[in-house]
Formats: sequence, C-alpha cells, structure tokens
Amino acid sequence: MSSAQFVQYLISGITLGSVYALVGLGFTIIYAVTKIINFAQGEFVMLGGLLSFTLIHRAGLPFVPALILAILIAAAVGAAMYLLAIRPSRKASVVSLIIITIGAAIFIRGIAGQELTKDFVRLPSFSGEESISFLGAHIDPQALWIIGTMVVVTIILHLFLNYTMVGKALKACAINPVASSLVGINPKTMALVAFTLASALGSIGGVVLAPLTPLNYQAGIMLGLKGFVAAAIGGFKSPVAAVFGGLLLGIIESFVVAANWGPFTSAYKDAIALVVLLFILLVRSGRLAEEERAG
Amino acid sequence: MLARLRSNWSYLAIAALFVVLILAPFNWFLGQYTTLLIFIGIYTIVTVGLCLLMGYTGQVSLGQAAFFGMGAYISAILTTTYSFNPWLAMLIAAVITGLFAYIVGYPIFRLKGNYLAMATLGLGLIMWILFKQLNQVFGEPDGISGIPYLSIGGFVFNSSFRRYFLVWAFCLVVLLISQNIVRSRTGRALRAIHGSEEASESIGINVNQVKVKILVLSAVYASLAGSLFAHHLRYIGAQPFDFLASVKLVVMAVIGGLASIWGAIFGAGATHVLSDEVLLRFGDWDVVVYGLILVIVMIFMPEGLFVKLKELFERFRLRYRQRGVEH
Repeated sequence: MSSAQFVQYLISGITLGSVYALVGLGFTIIYAVTKIINFAQGEFVMLGGLLSFTLIHRAGLPFVPALILAILIAAAVGAAMYLLAIRPSRKASVVSLIIITIGAAIFIRGIAGQELTKDFVRLPSFSGEESISFLGAHIDPQALWIIGTMVVVTIILHLFLNYTMVGKALKACAINPVASSLVGINPKTMALVAFTLASALGSIGGVVLAPLTPLNYQAGIMLGLKGFVAAAIGGFKSPVAAVFGGLLLGIIESFVVAANWGPFTSAYKDAIALVVLLFILLVRSGRLAEEERAG
Repeated sequence: MLARLRSNWSYLAIAALFVVLILAPFNWFLGQYTTLLIFIGIYTIVTVGLCLLMGYTGQVSLGQAAFFGMGAYISAILTTTYSFNPWLAMLIAAVITGLFAYIVGYPIFRLKGNYLAMATLGLGLIMWILFKQLNQVFGEPDGISGIPYLSIGGFVFNSSFRRYFLVWAFCLVVLLISQNIVRSRTGRALRAIHGSEEASESIGINVNQVKVKILVLSAVYASLAGSLFAHHLRYIGAQPFDFLASVKLVVMAVIGGLASIWGAIFGAGATHVLSDEVLLRFGDWDVVVYGLILVIVMIFMPEGLFVKLKELFERFRLRYRQRGVEH
C-alpha cells in the first residue's frame, strides 16, 4: 500500500467514523441518563437526510434553513418518542424497553418510507464537488465537512455538559439519579433532554452524510448499529470515548475493506463492526457484570 | 382443592386444543388456513425454546433467528448440493446448531441484561450476513431452491395437509418435552436462576452450566423448526433470519407470556394472524401499524397477552364459584 493510498483509506475511515461517532454520542447520552439502549438511534440519521431532502425539494426551502429545520424536526421526533413510548413504561424490564425502542424504530422508518420518500436521496455538497489533493490522496470536500462538524459538535457538547446548568444536571443524573433528584434535578426532565439531544446529534450526522452517501428510509438500521458499536467501544460512559470508538471503527472498517482478503471482503464489511462488538463485550465481560450488579 | 380444580381446567383446555388441532386442516373447518397454521406450528417450536431461555431462566436472546436459520441452511445445503437424506440432514443440522450454541454459550453468558442482548444481537447479525453469502455459494443470489420434501418410506409430505400433521407432531412433542423439563429438577433450577443467581449458586446449582444447557436446547428446537421450514417452503433466503426476525420471535414469546410453555402457541398464533390477516388491510402502512402495536402491547401488557387473558379467566371463575357457595 502506497502512502497516498494509506492517507486515502485513513481519511475515508475517519469520515465514516465521524458519522458513527455522532450516532454513538446519542447512544451514550441516553444510556448514561436512562440506562436504556435506544435501538431507534439510527433512524434519526436517516430522518436528518430525508427530511432535508424533502424540505428542499418538496417544500422549496433554501438549503441552510432546510437543514436546520430538519435537525429541529428530528429532535422533536426524539422528544415525542420519549414522551409517548418511553415515559409511560419506565418500570418495564430490559426486554420490554428494547422491544419498545425497536417498535418505535419500525414506526419511524415506516412513516419516513410512506410520507417522505422510498428512493435513495442525495443532497448537494456543501462546498462544491471538486476533490482536494492532500498528500497524494483525493479527498471529497464533503468529507472535511463531516469531520469538521463532528469535531465542532463534540466541542460544543463538551462545553454544554461541563459549563451549563442543564448540562451539569444531565451529568449529575447520569452519575446518581437518586442523589440528583434530592437536589432538585428531575430525572424525567433530564431523560427528555437526553432523548432530544441524542436525536439532534443523530440527525446532524444524517444531514452532513447525505451529500456524500445516498440515504434511503432503511439506512438507519446499519448506521444505528455502527453508532451502537462506537458507543460500546467507548463503554457507554463518556462522550469523548464514544467519539474515539466511532473513529476507531471507521478506520478499522476502511482498512479491512482496503486489505481485500478473498472475494467476500466488501460483503463482510458490515460484519466487522459486529465482530468488534463481540470482542469488546467479551473482553470486558467481567467488569460489565460488576457494573450490572452495582447499577 | 383449588389446585386440583385448576389443573383439571388446564387438562380440559389442552384436550380441547388437541381436538381443534386435529380437525383444523379439514376443509369444512379451518382448511383454508392450513399454510398459516403450519407456520404457527413451526414458529411455536422456536418460541417454546425462547420461553425456556427468557421466561424461565431470565436470559435475553436477540439472536434466536440465527439458530433457526442454521437449521434451515444446513438442511437446505446438505439436501441440495450434497443430496443427503432429509432426515439425516435434519439430525446433522440439530447437532451442529446445538454444538454451536454450546461453544458460544459459555463466553456469552458471562454477560447479563443489556449487554447480553447486544452480544446475542451481534451474533445473530453475523450469522445473517453469513447466510447471505451461503446463498451465493450454494444457490442463487437470493436464496437456495430445489429443497426436497420430507418423506417416510414411500409417503411423501408433498401437500400442506400432510405437512400440517408432520409439523404439529413435532410441535406437540417439543411442547410436552418442555412441559416436563419445567416441572423437573432442572425446571426448578431455571426458576431459581431467574430469581437470584447468587442464591442458586449457594444451594449448589451450577448456574452457568444450566444456562448453557437451556441455550443448547433452545438452539436445537430452533434448528429443527428451521429444517421443517426449509422442507416446507422448499426455497429459503436470508430474510426470514434477519434481525427483525429475531425481534419477532421475542415478541411471540412475550405475547404468549414468557414463563408459559403453552402460551407459545398463542404468541406465535397471534403474531401470525396479525401479520398475515390483519396488517394486510393496512396496505403499505402495515409496518407502521406493526411498530405501533409492538409499542402499545409492551407498554400496557409487558407480561404478555396470554397471561393477561388467563388472569381474567381465573378471576371470572373464582367469582362464579364464590356465588355458588353462597347459595
């Protein structure tokens, strides 16, 4: 592999990894605050892309307002999902909650397929189609937008969690819900904030990804899974760990496909994330069991 | 007295079920639904395994479709490409699937709750990706066709009517075996584990071994059902074994009431009647309605529809009895 190819694969890995990271952030925030794994998380990536497309082409909105409105609508859908499906069943078992979020994902996916579009959609690039040369590699400018957005979003999230009242309350609730409700933080409100925030993050991923990769209403399944693996690599603990998890997964995927062992490598691309997931879970199983007992 | 009466009632219910099942495929009764009933039988077999695993032992599996698919694919490949006897293929499939469950069982059961769900989900998806590749190696891009019918001597199961009895014979044997397991020492061990793993350990139950045993049993059930599925349709693709399929299996187990062997028939039945008869009326919106029903059932009846109905029946019967005593 030449150094130009190396850079090429590295950057395409980081680009995809950035999207996984945005989804993984959502998983991490929701899990930290509510101990729920939201299997609908990937659907918000899909919603981000499809809503932007619909708002531009059917509602005739200008580009930037359409993207912002798409993110806001997706966030509202996330909030509605919490209020209508999760809050009424807070005492449910792990299995019930998993099925509820899967049911919500199927519901959202179905509505998107019916009301938005069944086709693959692609948004125009944010800043032209011409590729940039960098250390001998050709880079789609949209890749830089994706990576940049992820970095900016992560920094804003970090500031939000550490320097605002709501952010600190969210963190407190993740660390100890009982103690935080004693000092006047309502865990239910924080769960609502977490779901809204996570859906917004996912849809931002969809908005920046749609110009690079065409999305359809079923795109959320695999993207959700990848984001979930990103969060699992990060241990569902800190947002920064989830970002590293996403980037690591993206880079691993990119290089395994590049190495091209045997005829099925590209078909097995989606299996890589799953193998990584199983590996991570089993390596950590001792510690995870302790946590489960403590939590 | 009350206990004996209750068991009398349940024997009556099971006897009635047998009569209905025997008469069902005849045209003057439910003959038009024979195919639907065959699928219900096949899925009941998988669901019973899941009930033992989830309801009695308390272990989540979001990858049960993988075992179901292994049975179907091993049967399909052995009988088409390698021209094995279908019964032998079915046996080999069950052994391989059981061994596979045994090997993955020990590491995977070191996880609990949410993490166990994730690991089984991942395992299920890996198998699904593998199935898609097997299509290309052993069949067409979308699936494997030309799977023979099962037969005994010269008697070929080449009509739905005949396959109905074959599938339900398997199903009832599986139900009876499971019923016995639940009432045995192992069954009590399972419930103990569900209650508290530490306490079970302290009274001398080998928790990990029992969990793996049940996983292997549920995998063998799923594999047998998969083989029957392959020989019934004579064509298989990867789609019936994807993630959504695993979710549907869990839903069947939950609707039937997780800790209820006979509820499995109800769970598999209700789910199939819903998707084959009711959802069709919603046309393209079927998926949306399905998602909605899933959420609503889970919110309002997390312990399952069958258990809810049984409770109502018990309450009604007790009230009736009390009135009888007063007079």
